[in-house]
Amino acid sequence: MNVMSNRMINILVPAISIILGLIVGAIVMLISGYNPVVGYTALWNGIFGDTYAIGETIRQISPYILAGLAVAFAFRTGLFNIGVEGQLIVGWFAAAYVGMAFDLPKIIHLPFALIAAAAAGALWGLVPGILKATLKVHEVIVTIMMNYIALHVVNALIKTLSGGGFKLERIKESASLRSEFLSNLTDYSTLHYGIFVALAMVVVMWFILEKTKTGFELKSVGFNENAAKYAGMSSNKNIVLAMVISGAFAGLGGAMEALGTFGNMSSMGGFTGIGFDGIAVALLGANMPLGVIFGATLFGSLKYGANNMPNEAGIPVEIVSIIIALVIFFVACGYIIRVGLIKLNNKKKEAK
Amino acid sequence: MDYVIEMLDVSKKFGNFYANDHITLQLEKGEIHALLGENGAGKSTLMNVLFGLYQPDGGEIRVHGENVAITDPNVANDLGIGMVHQHFMLVENLTVTENIILGSEPTKGGIINIKDSAKKVAEISKMYGLDVDPYAKIMDISVGMQQRVEILKTLYRGADILILDEPTASLTPQEIEELMSIMRKLVAEGKSIIIITHKLGEIMKVSDKVTVIRKGKGIGTVITKETNPEELATLMVGRQVTFKTEKGPSYPTEEILKVEDLFVNDYRGIAKLKGLNLSVRRGEIVGIAGIDGNGQSELIEAITGLAKVKSGKIIINNEDVTNKKPRKITETGIGHIPQDRHKHGLILDFSVAYNTALQSYYHEPLSKGGIMNYKMVNDKAEELIKEFDVRTQGTHEMARALSGGNQQKLIIGREVMRNPDLLIAALPTRGLDVGAIEFIHRRLIEQRDSGKAVLLITFELDEVMNVSDRIAVIYDGAIVGTVLPQETTEQALGLMMAGHSKDVAEKEVLAPDKDGDERHVE
Repeated sequence: MNVMSNRMINILVPAISIILGLIVGAIVMLISGYNPVVGYTALWNGIFGDTYAIGETIRQISPYILAGLAVAFAFRTGLFNIGVEGQLIVGWFAAAYVGMAFDLPKIIHLPFALIAAAAAGALWGLVPGILKATLKVHEVIVTIMMNYIALHVVNALIKTLSGGGFKLERIKESASLRSEFLSNLTDYSTLHYGIFVALAMVVVMWFILEKTKTGFELKSVGFNENAAKYAGMSSNKNIVLAMVISGAFAGLGGAMEALGTFGNMSSMGGFTGIGFDGIAVALLGANMPLGVIFGATLFGSLKYGANNMPNEAGIPVEIVSIIIALVIFFVACGYIIRVGLIKLNNKKKEAK
Repeated sequence: MDYVIEMLDVSKKFGNFYANDHITLQLEKGEIHALLGENGAGKSTLMNVLFGLYQPDGGEIRVHGENVAITDPNVANDLGIGMVHQHFMLVENLTVTENIILGSEPTKGGIINIKDSAKKVAEISKMYGLDVDPYAKIMDISVGMQQRVEILKTLYRGADILILDEPTASLTPQEIEELMSIMRKLVAEGKSIIIITHKLGEIMKVSDKVTVIRKGKGIGTVITKETNPEELATLMVGRQVTFKTEKGPSYPTEEILKVEDLFVNDYRGIAKLKGLNLSVRRGEIVGIAGIDGNGQSELIEAITGLAKVKSGKIIINNEDVTNKKPRKITETGIGHIPQDRHKHGLILDFSVAYNTALQSYYHEPLSKGGIMNYKMVNDKAEELIKEFDVRTQGTHEMARALSGGNQQKLIIGREVMRNPDLLIAALPTRGLDVGAIEFIHRRLIEQRDSGKAVLLITFELDEVMNVSDRIAVIYDGAIVGTVLPQETTEQALGLMMAGHSKDVAEKEVLAPDKDGDERHVE
């Protein structure tokens, strides 16, 4: 037998994790009296079944990428941004408002709407950043509270702007991320250009962290604040900056929904959940830009594909949620599998 | 012979790397056995194997002649093996007794019976002359006493074989003496001790036998009485080592650092520096001698801009830098080797290359227009590694993976290569072996010889005597006197470190000579 390389292990770990999660999920289905083969066929069809499903899956992945980037970026500076949800909501609102309220040529209108979303998210990140830097208030508490503020402020604004209604007007075509081309390509799905915005932001995060002076400082503060201070870096400045950039990513995540998927904003009864899932996405991706794509793909696929399980296999949504949670749980436990693989590997080496 | 511990041909591998390569160590009852080796030689690994923290990949361990498998520290405890780690594992705001019973609290009807425990602690303390108050809180007692609490903890749990990992690293000279007499008392009572160290003087003073390991291999065991420090050093390093630091006379010129009437409070608002005055000139090494906690940390932090100055002045290169930002002060021409290399000196999760750039990343050529030039960072790091003999697998290795000595060389290289007018070296050789110490002392003297100023802060008396051109003794936040190393003695320094003025100290030390009797000042 061959001894596995590190690279091989890196690829095998998530694969085995997902398979283990699916196996336990199958057991859950069996116990509840459903046929796992039928169930997983439905899940598969829901994700990859036809070009339409693929289009919708990719569409679902875009906001997850941005939410994941937001959490990961803050993490790299040692900050736990739980406020991605709120930042995403204000971003959604800002994009939707700019999209409907202005009449501009597309080349200006669309970037304007995107920037407005990023700015709104950044503002929502700025507040906890400043409180942390100046008054040492823990960012977790502030960001959680900022989520509620975002939700209710936005709902109130929607009510005011729509004259007592529950919905903003549709955005103008000139601010839309919708793409006839992508839509046609995927059998009239709602796939839009947002995925390219998300992927571009992956590159942006990588560039900031790995290429710029600012990134060097952010990472220094994140790893060892004392040593960073000793080296003359301002940890306060970097904390604020990290929260602002993180919030901007989250705000763009909201723009995906405003300018792409929905084309407007309705008042919300509760959180979207995307921001909170972003925490898991970032952790699954080890807070690395490329890893976030992987985490978001897993999340987006499962979330969208699972919608098909009640329809096609008659499995109740509750069981579907358990299965998704199991897969994610096993991926998060990848460390155990990695240790197991390395041990196996060492045994093989010794046998040689 | 009657061995209490036998480690025969023990090996431990990490990946493909042998941390311990067939090492044999035999400990007799009632013996103080020193385990000597450079940093990274595998001493701690071997002891962690014995204490059950690592599992050996080969060899046998026998306790009282019986083969044993020490699968975890609890097994080691049951076998009567106790370990005192270099970094104490004590809960600061609990009392001595509470710390000692932690994890195995004796209860009476569900309520912890602290009184009986405290009594037992006091008994053991008395028996071995440990002089520990069972009701004192850990945060209120000295480092030396904290260490005695650690020893007491192992005794309380019934250990008769003690492993002491670098026990003298953070002790004052007086505390070291005390520790040694405690060790002697322990073996007199039938305990056996393994002491991990690389300090040759202590080995010669206190141990019966020495087992030397070098680069993971057992070099052999020698009887202390039949050897000498030179031989031990050669065995340990694998080559001849010079002990006396070679240096010519100093030719100090203009003043680089001037500290005037400095007052600094710590974070609790307690005065730590109380009117300190100091001057360091080009071409000289000024050593600050003193017992830990007399204001050394605050002095460095004030000079480097990390602590707020309450009143007084700090002038570097004729520029008033009092309460300036750290980077501003760095730019006036100081380099700083911090006393805690893990907390302040390095970012352990950064690569070697990134760490070399920590103080200069914001300048050309390492970055330009906000964009880092990592190729240049890497090239500079390669240069530094070569120049300062940092042993690493490459510039991409994590700083965490380097041995202590190499981490320190990396920091010194980074600071020296910036060519600072004033180099502040705080405990630059703490925890390092003779080879690395020699290297670092040579570098400090080179700085001096090239016309730079060096401020050396150390707790080691021989270091301050050997390396400095002038010694300023700090006590309770002020300099109590400045002496020349060739005109003073360790005893006089010791007295000044305890707060006596220069005149009193010199009189005390000289007096016995006049009387002709051999009075030791301790």
